[in-house]
Parts: sequence; structure tokens; C-alpha cells
Amino acid sequence: MAVEKTQSNTQKFTATNVIIGIILVVGAILTILRFTKGLGAVTNLDNNNPWGIWIGFDLLCGVALAAGGYVTSAACYVFGLKRYHSAVRPAILTAFLGYALVVFALHYDVGRPWRLPYPIFVSQGTSSLLFEVGLCVFLYLTVLFIEFTPAAFEWLGLKKIRQIVVKLTLVLTIFGVVLSTLHQSSLGALFMIAPSKLHPLWYSGYLPVYFFISSMFAGMSMVIFESTLAHRYLSHKMDHAHHEESHGVAFGFAKAASFIMMGYLAIKIVGLSIDNNWNYLATGWGLWFLIELVGFVAFPAILFAMGFREKNLMFVRIAAVLTVLGIVLNRLNISIIAFNYHLPSADRYFPSLMEIGTSVFIVTIGIVVYRFVATRMPVLYEHPDYKTH
Amino acid sequence: MAISRRKFIGCIGAAALGNATGALGKAYGASNKHFKGYPDSFGVLHDITKCIGCRKCESACNAVNDLPEPRVPFDDLSVLDTRRRTDADVFTVVNRFQHEPYVFAKKQCNHCLEPACASACFVKAFTKTKQGAVIYDESLCVGCRYCMVACPFDVPAYEYHKALTPRVTKCTMCYPRLLEGKLPGCVEACPKNALVFGKRDELLKYAWKRIYAYPDQYTDHVYGEHEMGGTSWLYISGVSFSEVGMREDLGITSAPELTAGPLSAVPIVVGLWPVLLTGMYAISKRKDRIAQEEKAAAVAETIALSQEETQNKLDALREKMTREKTAAINFEVKKALEEAEKEAQETADQEQKPEPEAGSDSGESIEEDK
Amino acid sequence: METIMYTLHDFMTHTKNITYLIMGGILIFLPLFWLFLNEREKD
Repeated sequence: MAVEKTQSNTQKFTATNVIIGIILVVGAILTILRFTKGLGAVTNLDNNNPWGIWIGFDLLCGVALAAGGYVTSAACYVFGLKRYHSAVRPAILTAFLGYALVVFALHYDVGRPWRLPYPIFVSQGTSSLLFEVGLCVFLYLTVLFIEFTPAAFEWLGLKKIRQIVVKLTLVLTIFGVVLSTLHQSSLGALFMIAPSKLHPLWYSGYLPVYFFISSMFAGMSMVIFESTLAHRYLSHKMDHAHHEESHGVAFGFAKAASFIMMGYLAIKIVGLSIDNNWNYLATGWGLWFLIELVGFVAFPAILFAMGFREKNLMFVRIAAVLTVLGIVLNRLNISIIAFNYHLPSADRYFPSLMEIGTSVFIVTIGIVVYRFVATRMPVLYEHPDYKTH
Repeated sequence: MAISRRKFIGCIGAAALGNATGALGKAYGASNKHFKGYPDSFGVLHDITKCIGCRKCESACNAVNDLPEPRVPFDDLSVLDTRRRTDADVFTVVNRFQHEPYVFAKKQCNHCLEPACASACFVKAFTKTKQGAVIYDESLCVGCRYCMVACPFDVPAYEYHKALTPRVTKCTMCYPRLLEGKLPGCVEACPKNALVFGKRDELLKYAWKRIYAYPDQYTDHVYGEHEMGGTSWLYISGVSFSEVGMREDLGITSAPELTAGPLSAVPIVVGLWPVLLTGMYAISKRKDRIAQEEKAAAVAETIALSQEETQNKLDALREKMTREKTAAINFEVKKALEEAEKEAQETADQEQKPEPEAGSDSGESIEEDK
Repeated sequence: METIMYTLHDFMTHTKNITYLIMGGILIFLPLFWLFLNEREKD
């Protein structure tokens, strides 16, 4: 039976492989265009709209959705919830890949990518929140890399060095949570410098708090969503513990996400009240704001709750997808849709096909690398030589 | 008020305390210091009522900054039909606004007293000089364009068509010319005195003096006096500023003040999160240990109880077995003896063919059974 | 060396420079202090 399954999988992958191949070739062409003709030739960015989907989607959504790494490892190692143990490695792997891709995507977006280390090593603009983001992303990428190395060491059979890294688990986890708190919130705080450009419904003194809190349930939903995908395509790579625990992980995160989302909803309403923005709710922007908040926060939160109460995995999975979409919507609203809301429609930004293509290319690279690693290294299963229980 | 750097260092402790009590407090924490910018710094006053839209300033700007030839020559005023903004190779533009009669207004970098671009830049590529100019250092710029996001006046532009060496460009208030003691290019070229160069403080007084002197000609507002913390360029106008494309809803909070809250929350998180998280870890670990100890104790008790029981059972069993074994041995011995007796009889019967091995074999096997 | 500061931006850049160094110190110090705290614990 196992053999049959593997065969059907390989067949499925050959169909997918063609699509992946096409995307990678297109991506390579776009890369050449970007680095020979400049941003102007590839993107719809202009002087009024300096940040497009490479920042709004690749950076903001990428970082928010990679929050599963710190959420899961904190749940397991700091809060002592051992039942999340089998979910930690896949979450760390996706987080590491997510951040690596964010940095990779930045190479396309910034003008002189080889200067990306400048803020840290050459000229520290400490008054900027972007400096804070850059420093934390750099440090956190390092932390995630170290956190992931045990899987690679097990694969390569380097027992001693693995043992050293495993001893550092707690310190690394706490560093990870500190750094994540800081840069997740600072990404929101980036927009606090531009109160005149971001629509008042989205602009708030609480932006950093909103970004941090929403990153938590973004991370949890992403873990549930990824586990759904992994069960579908990489099921044969999972060990008994992973299969056993994954439902518990999904329900546990559904419960946590549901409650955190309600808290998020609460502080969003507080934000409306603090800035007295009620009157905007009656406008078109208000409707859009409510769609984001009711359709993609309140609704999935209730769906998570029902899924958890009735132990209905389907509800939980749908809620996770909706939450992920909601996070994408929220980040795009703040960085693109409600940003420069005051400009006439002719001056507004809409991504070019080539921009979208590049983003798709980068996401595809992520999927390919994840598949490569998860099918080789002990990610979805525990290495027999290093069993913990 | 100017304060020395040494005095600041003394303030750090107090500032940290201030932040701890209110995590989103001001960056300067407990202090109530107010920064008024460089004394005697320069600025330009743009009297919008005097501008005639001749584009001489644009031409001069292009010339002194060695910018490329424009597609439409500067004496062609048809460009005024559309609203323009600054661009990568256009540091200043004059726009015409529908009004009776037409109103013209010049746009360029306002050289904020607390520049948003400088506050936003993570490599310190922007500097507010003591002369008042906000200048840009190309050698540090990464090209992240956060300055453009931050600028409330939509001034910085980017060289989107340069693949590898794109720069952010904007008016420099002709900083190099200021250092030489010359006027900015646009000011020098203005034929109508719509641009006046001077010390900002004096320009401000002069601007208000004009408003008081000709209240019918001017609105009661010097644009740039307070906008976003104040700018080195100042404007006076006969019509409201929003009618000439200048936003009046920017507020008076400077960029560094806007980001001071989240920036001061950062070190608090670094200081307290590890303590909080380690605490949670310790609590969960302690709970685990107590649970484990309780479990261990319970297990030990059960084991002790069951061990006793097992011992009893075992003893009974052993006794029973010994009894059975003895019985079995006795039986076997008896049987062997009988067999031996029988054999002995048989041997006695047939003395010619003795087969002693079989008998000794069975005897041995009995001994082994013991 | 006494440099006079005139802008909030300069002030913040200066204080944040120091604060970031302090933050690095905190992150190194706290785990070490935790180890010191637990040194004589049997566990």
C-alpha cells in the first residue's frame, strides 16, 4: 500500500514539476530584467508609491505568516506544552525558509542589494524603525538557522555538534520570541511615520501591537494550513508521533487562535474608539475595514471555536485558510490599499504582471526548498537515533 | 534650547525610568526638552501671491544641479496644464491652480526641521545641516525607499530606471552653493521676488509682518511654521493652501515624535521579555517536576504494594512447587527403582546379553531433572 | 568632546545608539545571570 501511495505521489509531482519549472524559468527571466533594466521596467512603482507588493506581500505577509516558528517553539519549550513537539520542526523550517525568502525578495526590491548589511555594519540609522526591523530579521534568521541545524546534523550524522545545539534550545527559543515580538511589531510601526498617507481607520498608535498580536494567530493558522498540505502530499514522510499529534496540534492552535483573535478584535475596536474613527465606518473605506475585521477575523475566530468545540477538523482548516487570507488582506491594506488613499485614482498603484510573477516565483522557490528538505531531513518524523520519548 | 551631549548622558537613567512607567512615552522620557532646530539656519520664503509661473526657477534648478535636459523646454508653459510633482531629475516644479486669476505655487523639498526622511533612513543617508539644508549621501543609500514613504510632502524621487545604482533625489537647497556663499539657484533666478532667502527666524517674522500689513492679500497662516514640526521653507498665500496642492491636514507632530513611542518600547521588550519568558518556563518546568514527583511517588507506592503481594504469591508458589517437585522426584525415583528392578530381573533372566547403558541413562536423566 | 544637539532627530539617533548597545548587553547578561542563579540547584 505504501508503495502505491509513493507512486501516485511521484506521478502527481511530475505534473506539478512542469508548472514549477515554467515558473522558475519565468522567474529567472524577470530576475535578469530587474537587474539589467531596473525596477522601473519590471514594476508599477513610482515616486508616489515607492512600496508595492514586494514589500506589502513578500515582506509584510512573509514575516507575519512565518510567525509559526516562534509561536510553536514557545508553546513547546517555554510554556511546556509537549504535545506540540512534533509540530516544532516543520514550523521552524517554514519560518526559516519564510525569512530567508523575505531577505531574498528584498534583494529584488532595494536599489543596491549588496548594501543590505550597511544598516548593521556600516552606518546605523538607529532612529529608524526600519533599522530595528533589519537588525531583528538578521538576528532572527540566524537564530532560526541554528534552531533548525539539529535536523540537518541528524541527517548528516553529526551527533556531538547536534548535542551542543540541542542544549541551547531554550535560550534560542526565548531569543526568538524577543526578536519576533520586536520586528513583528516594528513592521506595523513602520507606518506610524506617515499618518497623512495611511487611512485613519488603519493608522493607529496601536499599529505595532496590532501587528504583533495578529502575527500570533497568523503563525498558528499557517501551522494548521501547512500541516493540512503536508498531510496531503508528504504523508508518507511522517512518523507515527506526527500523525498522532497533528490533530491535537490543530485543535490546540484553533482554540488559542480563536481566543487571541477575539482579543485582537477587542483592541481594534478600542483603536476605533481612542481615535474617534466611528464616523469613517459609514464610508466606503469603513465597509472595507469591516469586511477585513468581520469577514476575516471575527468569522474565522468563531469558526475556529466551533471547530474546537465539536472537534471538527474541517472547520478548523477552513478557518485557518480564512485567517491567513485575512492577514494578507490586512497587510496589503496597510501597505498598499489604504496607503495613499488620498491620491486621485490615476496616481494609485496596482502591481504589474511582472511584479506578481516575481512574487509567485519567490513563493515557488519556498515550496521547492521545503519539499527538498522535508523529504530528506528528519522534519516530519523523528530520527530513530535521537528519539526523545 | 540647545543641550550638550554630555548632559544627555546624565539623563539616560531618568529617561529609562520614564519609559518604564509608560511604555509608549516620549523618546526623551522624563525630560521636557524641546528642540528648536539649528539657530540661524537658513530658509526660503515663497510668496505664492507673487509667483507668475514663468518656470525660471525650474530652469535655474536644472542648470545648477547639472540635471539632464527636460523633454519640454522650460519656456514652454503648456506643462502647466497638468499637475506635476518632483521627479528623479526634476527637483522643483511650479504648478498652476484653477482660480480667478490663476495661482501658481512652487514645490520642492521643504527641508523639515525634523526631517521625516532622515528619521526614517536606516543608514543615516540624510542629514539636516546646520545651514538648514537636508542633504542626501548617495554612498550609504541602500535604496529601500522608506524615506519616500515617510515624506509627508511627497518630495523624494527615485531613479527607477537605473538597474544597479539608483539614487533618491531631491532638492538640496543648493547646499554646495550655500557653502560658497551663493543663493540657491531658484531664488537667484526668480524675477518677481516670490522667493526670499534668509534666516528662517527672520523670514518667519517677515512673513507674519506681511500678513499683518496686507490682511486682505493673505490667509492667516504661514505654511511650514509648524507643519510636521516646522520646515525651513515657508509659504504665504492668498488662497487656502489646500487650493494650491499643499496638505493642511499634516498636523504639527514631527516624524521623530511619531515614532518615538514604538522606538522606546523596544528596549523595554528586550529587558523584560526574557525575564517573563524564563519565568513562564520555570513555572511550567516546576509544574512538570511536581507532577513527575507525584507520579513517581504514586508509582513507588503501587510498586511497594504489589511487590508485597507478589512476594506472598511467590512464596506460596515456591512452596507449592517444592512440594510438587519432591512428589515428582519421589515418583521418578520410585519409577526408576521399579524399572531398575525390572531390568535387573530381565538381566538375571538373560545373563548372556547385558545392556547396562540404558539403565544408567535413565538414572542420569533423573539426576539432571533435580 | 561636547557636541551640541539642536534637533530631536540627532538626540534620538544618539540615545538609540547607546540603547541598542545596552540591549545587546542585556541579552547577554540575563541568560548568564539565570545560570548563576541556578548554579547550586541540584536539578
